[in-house]
Amino acid sequence: MTQALYLFSLIAVGSPLLASIVTGLYGHRLGTTLSHRIAVSGVAIAFVCAVIIMKIIVDNNISMQEMPLYTWAVSSNIVFEVGFLMDPLTALMMIVVTFVSFMVHVYTIGYMHDDPGYARFFSYISLFTFSMLMLVMANNFLQLFFGWEAVGVVSYLLIGFWFKRDTAIFANMKAFLVNRVGDLGFLLGIAAIYMLFGSLNYLEVFAKIATFNLDLTITLWGDVKVNAITVACILLFIGAMGKSAQIPLHVWLPDSMEGPTPISALIHAATMVTAGVFMVARLSPLFELSEVARSFIVCIGALTALSMGLVGIVQNDIKRVIAYSTLSQLGYMIVAVGISAYAVGMFHLMTHAFFKALLFLAAGSIIMALHHQQDLRHMGGLRRYMPITYITALIGALALCGIPPFAGFYSKDILIEAVHFSALPGANLAYYALLAGVFVTALYTFRLIFLAFFGKERWHHDKDHPMHEPDWVVTLPLILLAIPSVIIGFATISPMLLEADGFFKQSITVLSAHDVMGKIAAHYPGTFWFTLHAVVTKPFWLAIAGIFTAYLCYVRYPQWPAKIAANLSGLQKVLIHKYGFDEFYQLVFMKGTQKLSLWCWQEVDVNVIDKGMVGGVAKSWEACARLLRHLQTGYLNQYAFAMILGLVGLISFWLWG
Amino acid sequence: MMIPWLSLLIWIPILGGSSLFFLRDKPEIARPFAVLIAAISLLLSLIVYAHFDSSISTMQFQEKLTWIPQFKIYYALGIDGIALPLILLTCICTLLVVIASYWAIQKNVASYLAIFLMMSGFICGVFAATDAVLFYVFWEAMLIPMFLIIGIWGGANRIYATIKFFLYTFLGSILMLVALVYLYLVAGSAQISDFYNLGLTQNTQIWIFLAFFAAFAVKIPMFPVHTWLPDAHVEAPTGGSVILAAIMLKIGAYGFLRFSLPITPLAGQFFADLMIGLSLVAVVYIGLVAVMQKDLKKLIAYSSIAHMGFATLGIFLVFPLLEHAQDMSTAVLAVEGAMVQLVSHGFISAALFFCVGVLYERMHTRNIADFGGVANVMPAFAGFFMLFSLANVGLPGTSGFVGELFVILSAFKVHFMIALLASLTLILSPAYTLWMYKRVLFGTVVNKQVEQLTDITSGERGIFIVLAGFILLIGIWPAPLVDMTHATISHLLTQIQ
Repeated sequence: MTQALYLFSLIAVGSPLLASIVTGLYGHRLGTTLSHRIAVSGVAIAFVCAVIIMKIIVDNNISMQEMPLYTWAVSSNIVFEVGFLMDPLTALMMIVVTFVSFMVHVYTIGYMHDDPGYARFFSYISLFTFSMLMLVMANNFLQLFFGWEAVGVVSYLLIGFWFKRDTAIFANMKAFLVNRVGDLGFLLGIAAIYMLFGSLNYLEVFAKIATFNLDLTITLWGDVKVNAITVACILLFIGAMGKSAQIPLHVWLPDSMEGPTPISALIHAATMVTAGVFMVARLSPLFELSEVARSFIVCIGALTALSMGLVGIVQNDIKRVIAYSTLSQLGYMIVAVGISAYAVGMFHLMTHAFFKALLFLAAGSIIMALHHQQDLRHMGGLRRYMPITYITALIGALALCGIPPFAGFYSKDILIEAVHFSALPGANLAYYALLAGVFVTALYTFRLIFLAFFGKERWHHDKDHPMHEPDWVVTLPLILLAIPSVIIGFATISPMLLEADGFFKQSITVLSAHDVMGKIAAHYPGTFWFTLHAVVTKPFWLAIAGIFTAYLCYVRYPQWPAKIAANLSGLQKVLIHKYGFDEFYQLVFMKGTQKLSLWCWQEVDVNVIDKGMVGGVAKSWEACARLLRHLQTGYLNQYAFAMILGLVGLISFWLWG
Repeated sequence: MMIPWLSLLIWIPILGGSSLFFLRDKPEIARPFAVLIAAISLLLSLIVYAHFDSSISTMQFQEKLTWIPQFKIYYALGIDGIALPLILLTCICTLLVVIASYWAIQKNVASYLAIFLMMSGFICGVFAATDAVLFYVFWEAMLIPMFLIIGIWGGANRIYATIKFFLYTFLGSILMLVALVYLYLVAGSAQISDFYNLGLTQNTQIWIFLAFFAAFAVKIPMFPVHTWLPDAHVEAPTGGSVILAAIMLKIGAYGFLRFSLPITPLAGQFFADLMIGLSLVAVVYIGLVAVMQKDLKKLIAYSSIAHMGFATLGIFLVFPLLEHAQDMSTAVLAVEGAMVQLVSHGFISAALFFCVGVLYERMHTRNIADFGGVANVMPAFAGFFMLFSLANVGLPGTSGFVGELFVILSAFKVHFMIALLASLTLILSPAYTLWMYKRVLFGTVVNKQVEQLTDITSGERGIFIVLAGFILLIGIWPAPLVDMTHATISHLLTQIQ
């Protein structure tokens, strides 16, 4: 049984890697059809393996199965290993990653149809699948960091996939650098773990927690000493802030929409950006120890959830609306893991992966049909032309808004309820932010739906190419993603979150003092009644209000938005400028670094060191030489005179000395 | 009979190289002959590697012949875990440079190859010498070929660069000679191992440390004696840059490990904070300077200095780790990190300078502003360059990550701020490396010259594949390299304690 698990894990990571290498190196010789067949089979195999692994784990009640692969390096008292840790948490992430990736692979066949970089694209997304699997399957911090950085690099490569576009290669630089700020924190966090626990293996670290001295401190600078676990947790979470795009490291995600739409769905909505949430859940035994760190997490998450949703309302690019929605939803997940409801965070991560990937792919379908038009102001009335896209997008939108019985309802409702129950400092503020966020979410989501599918047709009719639904390779993934977007919440909420000895078992640790899910489970009426009960809850009516507002503003009275904007021009300016983060970073970090760099180079290196020190030595050398040169006159009589003088001097020294 | 492997390793390239001077008008014979010599040296180094026992901490493959009996000076050779990786690196890089001369060098080919082969022999001598006088002879001897390479095959401003290089290194060498002579007089022997445990006072050690520092810090180079390196690189031909960055810089760090740490531990303790500070300056300040460089080679030169900052940081973290924390195992990890960083940077900088060479041979410019959109016309080159750039950025899975990881893990144990400042490389290295990559490779084709570029030839591809192989191998499985150094470093550090 363990051997089977081992085998399927290896195949799961191996097949996308192999597919990536083959299509990457030989793609131009294989041709397009063979390239995508290899890549799609690679990820399909991985998906099948993930399902089998999930079955083995559930059937055999496996909670934490360690599977070392090879020893990366050994030093005196530390062994760095590469290996897998198999448990329900990992298996869940594997299924989400490989399923969405599989859908995106198929979709790509249609979306990237005529692109000259076809094989290269497949190579990248297969490499991404491999890296993401390495991240979620890791049994140690080092491999987690490998996966963490590798998905970042593939994201960098894919955002800049169309490398002729200036905006794309600007966006990918930005994404890489901002992520690296997070990674700096993450790496320091890992160093803190090494210092505190002397190991980087998850289970070894978790085992040492029981005997760990919680009063230990770390000196940050001078006399500033901070609780060691808090430092470690916050440093690790800074990594999550980069990858999961939390304020103030969120600025890269909207720009990452420069990449092709399939990767926006896969990387920048469903999987990579949720790595931060996964990481906190995976390291739950550590985060449980620091209330300060968790309060910090909750505040950051709540701030992101509300403020980024608001920006989503004023965006006109269809992909950017969804991108801001992703930021906001990531904020929800971060709040959930912050209040120790790790399982809820993972649950929302899962439902979100399906319906957000669906929304992105539906947006991609529209963009294809409109010949790369992404501006909502140039859409409208599309529901008559693209029924499948319309229906599936609507399902995604309803799920996103949290309307029962769609998947998002279960995850979001229980998430907000969990926050409500939490006693963590900051949680009550977060509760109101998340409630307000529900209204905002419904508003921007249905603004998108109404602007794209309803109203006047504001796009250019081309008689030679009548508007039509794209090929089946595009619509099939939409349908296949729509199914879980409807049923996954209803089907899995109870076994995943509420049953005693639930799905996650030991893979998530919650101290009993923080166990909000226990309180909820105590009076959980059963999934059916829970669904019905929705009609008397605040989130439901806030969502309905949001949808109704969107209806009024974008269908019924389309002149309203302009009027509202005119009356609230201050607020609108703030939102359009996205609170000025970009401008600030541009000015301080980009321009500032360039200026500082130039100053260091020209003033210190060239002027002080080269001209001052080195040149000074050379000059004094030259000055000596110039003095001595006066002696080298070339006149024999002078030389003779000098020799005689010297001889006299020597003799006198010898005589008197 | 014992086969003198190390002597063969040193003298075959030196003698083979000097015999090339007789083939000066026959480049068509000189090239394959040089490749043969370089391949034989590589083979010899691999034989040594195969027979090397990494569990032994003392010198292996020892050879000892009387050289100047009156003064107890011997021709004594031997290698341990810190010499062997650098010797392997030297032999690999030399072979690649010699092969690359097929298309890179058309002027005075035989002399060029002769000088490179001799230099590789001398450098192996530096790493293998266990006698201080012999070490000094090789040390001085290896500098001459480098002067010649820059002075003869260099660019327009080569004389200035050569003189700067010469003045810096010469000053350091003289001071080191003084220190060696003093140690020789005290120890009554020229064996380097006899210099350890002399019971010198801290005051004496400080003077000796400073003398060694003058020699080694210039070589690495450390701030503020680094300004010769960018100039030397800019003027040097591709092969010269490769050897300079991949191997010559490592000799400084090797010197710290072989001489400064065991001979002057008290002074090392005294100066540790300063050395750590200078290393951090190298990482942060030099990283910043690299951002705005306009010349590809200067940019990579500054990047080299910043990366070598990690090596010196790892080496000098040993003192606070041993003094305050009594943490031997982390101290070992720090020095192992420094060693891995040396080898890794050898491959990465070689690869990056080869990449610049590829562009320079086609466009005859190294100015970043003259490029743009190269990826459109040279896709295979763009792929390799991306891999090497990412390695330079320290991506896990490439060799560039391993050393930085070990050093940062160790630094955090000493002080949070040291680790934080060192980790700034995570942001700075992509800022200069990937921004450079973006301006050169990405975008639309900017001019006619770029439009007419041809992708890499099979020879260039071969060199890139070899370098990429090593970079990935060390990144994915650094265990063999770490194991090779482990016993030696552990032994070395017990001598400091």
